[in-house]
Amino acid sequence: MAQDKLLCVENLTLYFRTIKGAVQAVDEVDFDLGHNRAVVILGESGCGKTSLAKAILRLLPRNVETYSGKVYLDGVDVMSLTEEEFRQNVRWVGMSLVPQAAMNALNPVIRIGDQVAEPAIIHLGVKKNEALSLSRKMFQHVGVPEDFLSRYPFELSGGMRQRAAIAMALVTSPSLIILDEPTSALDLLTQANIFNVLKRIKHELGTSFILITHDISTSSELADDVAIMYAGQIVEVCDAVRFFPKPLHPYSQMLMASVPRLRVDQEPKFITGQPPSLIALPPSCRFAPRCPSRFEKCEQAPPIVENEGRKVKCWLYS
Amino acid sequence: MKTLQRSIQELLRYPSAVAGLVIILVLIGISIYAMVAIPYDEAIRLWRGGEEEWYQNPRNVPPEWINYFTKNDLPRSFVLSSQDGSAEKVVAAGAQGSTMTITYTFDFPYDDFPQELILYFSAMYAEKQPYVTIVWLTPDGREISVAKFSIGRSHTYRFSQDASLRRKLGGKWSVQTALFANPDEETPVPMKGTYTLKVIGITFEADSDLDAKLVMHGKVAGLAGTDHRRRDLMVPLLWGTPIALAFGLLAALGTTVTTMVIAAFGVWYGGWVDEIIQRITEVNMVLPFLPILMMIGAFYSRSIWLILGVTILLSIFGGTIKNYRAIFLQVKESPYIEAAQAYGAGNWRIVFRYLTPRIIPMLIPQLVVLVPGFVFLEASLAVLGLGDPVLPTWGKVINDALSNGALYQGLYYWMLEPAVLLMLTGLAFALVGYSLDRIFNPRLRGQ
Repeated sequence: MAQDKLLCVENLTLYFRTIKGAVQAVDEVDFDLGHNRAVVILGESGCGKTSLAKAILRLLPRNVETYSGKVYLDGVDVMSLTEEEFRQNVRWVGMSLVPQAAMNALNPVIRIGDQVAEPAIIHLGVKKNEALSLSRKMFQHVGVPEDFLSRYPFELSGGMRQRAAIAMALVTSPSLIILDEPTSALDLLTQANIFNVLKRIKHELGTSFILITHDISTSSELADDVAIMYAGQIVEVCDAVRFFPKPLHPYSQMLMASVPRLRVDQEPKFITGQPPSLIALPPSCRFAPRCPSRFEKCEQAPPIVENEGRKVKCWLYS
Repeated sequence: MKTLQRSIQELLRYPSAVAGLVIILVLIGISIYAMVAIPYDEAIRLWRGGEEEWYQNPRNVPPEWINYFTKNDLPRSFVLSSQDGSAEKVVAAGAQGSTMTITYTFDFPYDDFPQELILYFSAMYAEKQPYVTIVWLTPDGREISVAKFSIGRSHTYRFSQDASLRRKLGGKWSVQTALFANPDEETPVPMKGTYTLKVIGITFEADSDLDAKLVMHGKVAGLAGTDHRRRDLMVPLLWGTPIALAFGLLAALGTTVTTMVIAAFGVWYGGWVDEIIQRITEVNMVLPFLPILMMIGAFYSRSIWLILGVTILLSIFGGTIKNYRAIFLQVKESPYIEAAQAYGAGNWRIVFRYLTPRIIPMLIPQLVVLVPGFVFLEASLAVLGLGDPVLPTWGKVINDALSNGALYQGLYYWMLEPAVLLMLTGLAFALVGYSLDRIFNPRLRGQ
C-alpha cells in the first residue's frame, strides 16, 4: 500500500447470500485515491458501484456471505476495527457518504438544520448550538440560504435537499466524501449547480471525493481519476486526462462510445448483450461474451496490467 | 410549542372533540376538588368507616335531588343537637342539680315516613345518673309520652327499638310510622306540620350536665345517596374519578409507549431479538388476560398499583406490537435510516430519534382511545371483587351495589351513578381520540 495515499482499497470483496447463490457484488477490487483528488467510478446499473461504496463504509445488509479485503484510510487499516470503533472513528470522521437518492435520505420529522447538525453532535461531541452554527456554515458552502435551517425536508426542492445532504456529509469536515449518484434525479441545471458546489468544496476544503455515477459527461467535470467497473470488478483505472481521449479496456471504449456527442453526426453506440448475472460467474473474462475483440485467452480471468500508471484488466495489454 | 398550539386549535374545530374535552376537563376538575376537599387519608378513613363515622346517615337511600323527580316528597335527614344550638336547651337550676329541657322543633312537610329516629345522649355526672323523660308533640296537639329512663355517660335511644313505645302507640305500625301518622286514617299517612320533641332531663348533682342529639334518618340523603353501610356515596364517586383517570392514563401511556419502544428495538436489531419479542407476543396474545389478573388478585395482592403494573406488562405484548412492527419494518428501509447509520448514529439514537417518531401520529390517538378501556378494566376487576380493598372506586360502588342486591331492591341510583360516570369517561376519551385520529391521519378527515 502506498503511504501517501488517502484511501487504499485492496482486494475488497463483498458477496451477498441469496437463495440462488452468492452474488459477487464487489469482487477483489483494488484502487487508491490521493489527497484532494476525486475518483469517478463509472459503470452500468447493477455492476456493484453502490455495493463498493457500502463495502468501503461497512454499511452491510444482513445477508453478507463474504466481506474481506483491506481498506486503508490515511494509513489506518479500518477493516480491522470493531463495529463500534468503526462507527465512532471512521464514519463521518474519516469519510462520509452522500447516499443514493439523497433527496430521501433526510429524516422527514427533523428540521434540516438539526439534521445537518446531527453528525457533528454525534462525532464531534459539540453542543447543539455549536453544531447548528457549524451546519449554518456548511449551508453557506453548499449555497443553501440560512433560513432553510428551520425547514423540514418536504419544504425543500430536490436540488436543495441534495445540497443539504452534501452539507451533512461535510459538517464533520472528513477528508473523503463518497457521493453515490448525487445528481441522478436532478435536472441539468441543478446537476451543473451541484457539480460546481462540489468543485468549490474540493478547492476550498481540500476534500477528496469518490463519485459513483453512470453519468459520464457530467462526472468528467470533477474527475481526477476514473475507475471503470464491470460485473463487480474494476476493469480500468486511469487519470482523467489520459482516460477520456483514449480508454484502453474494450468495455471502457464502448462505454465512452455510447455517450451522445454534440455536433458529431454519429449514432451513439450500445453494447450488445447484457451484463452477466453476478451469481455463478464463469471463470473467463467477465466481459468476454460481449467483447468485440475477444480471443482464446479470454477464456481465463485476465490479469491486471499496469502500464505507465494506468491499470487495465484485459488480456489485450499483457 | 407552536405545533401543540396548532394541534389544539385544529382539535377545537371538531364539536365532538370539544364535547369530549369539556367532559375530561370536568372530570379533572372533580379529581382536583376531591383531592383538595377530602384529603387521601380522610377519604380512606371515611370509606373504611363504620357506624360510628356514618351514624347520621340513613341506610340505602337515594340522593336528595330525587325529590324533584318523584310525586312523593321523601323526608330528608337532619341532625338537631343541644350542643351546637340547633335545639333549644333551657336549664332550671335547683338545690341539688337541675332540670334541663331540650326542645327539638322541626317541620315535617314530607309524604313519607322517616327511616329512623335516634337520640344520642351524653351526660356528665359523678355518681348519680341523670333521669330523662321524652315527650313527642304532634302538629295536631297530641302529646305522647315516649319514654322515661336513666342514662349513663353516653346513651343511645332508638325509637324503633322501643317495644313498649310501639305497644303504647297501638302496635299496628312501626314506631317511626306511628309517631308521624295521622291516627284517624286506616293506612298510615304522614301528618305534615311542625313536630316538637322534648327531652326533660333531671340531674341530681350540682355540676352535672346533659346533652342530647336528635338524628332523623330520612329517606333521601346527600348529593349521591348512601349505601348499605350508611356511607355517603359522594366519597367514592368523587375519589373514584382521580383513581380511574390515573389508572387509565398511566396504563394507556405505559402500554403504548413501551410497546412502541419494544417494537422499534425488535425491528431495528432484528434476528433473535425480534424473534423472541414476536414469540412472546404470540404466546401472550392467547393467554387469558382477565383470569391472570384475577389469580394475582386472589392469591397475591389486590393493590391497585400492582394490578396496574401487571396490566401494563400483559398489554405491552399485545396486537399493537405487531401493528407497530409492520410500520417499523417499512420505515427501517427508508433511505434516511440508512443515511443515519452511515453518518454514525448509534442504535439507540436511530431507534429513538429516527424510528419511533414515525409512529407518534398513530400513537397519540390510540393512547387517548385506550384510556377508557383501562378505566373499565379497573372497574370490572372491582366488580369481580378484585378491586383494591382500600381505595374508594367506582367499580367498588358497583360491586357493593351488586352484592347487596341494589337492582333487586330498586336502589337504581346506587348502580347508575358510578355507571354513568364510567360511561361519560369512556365517551369523552373516545370523542377526543377519534377527533385526534382524524387530525393526525388526514386521510380519515371528512370533506
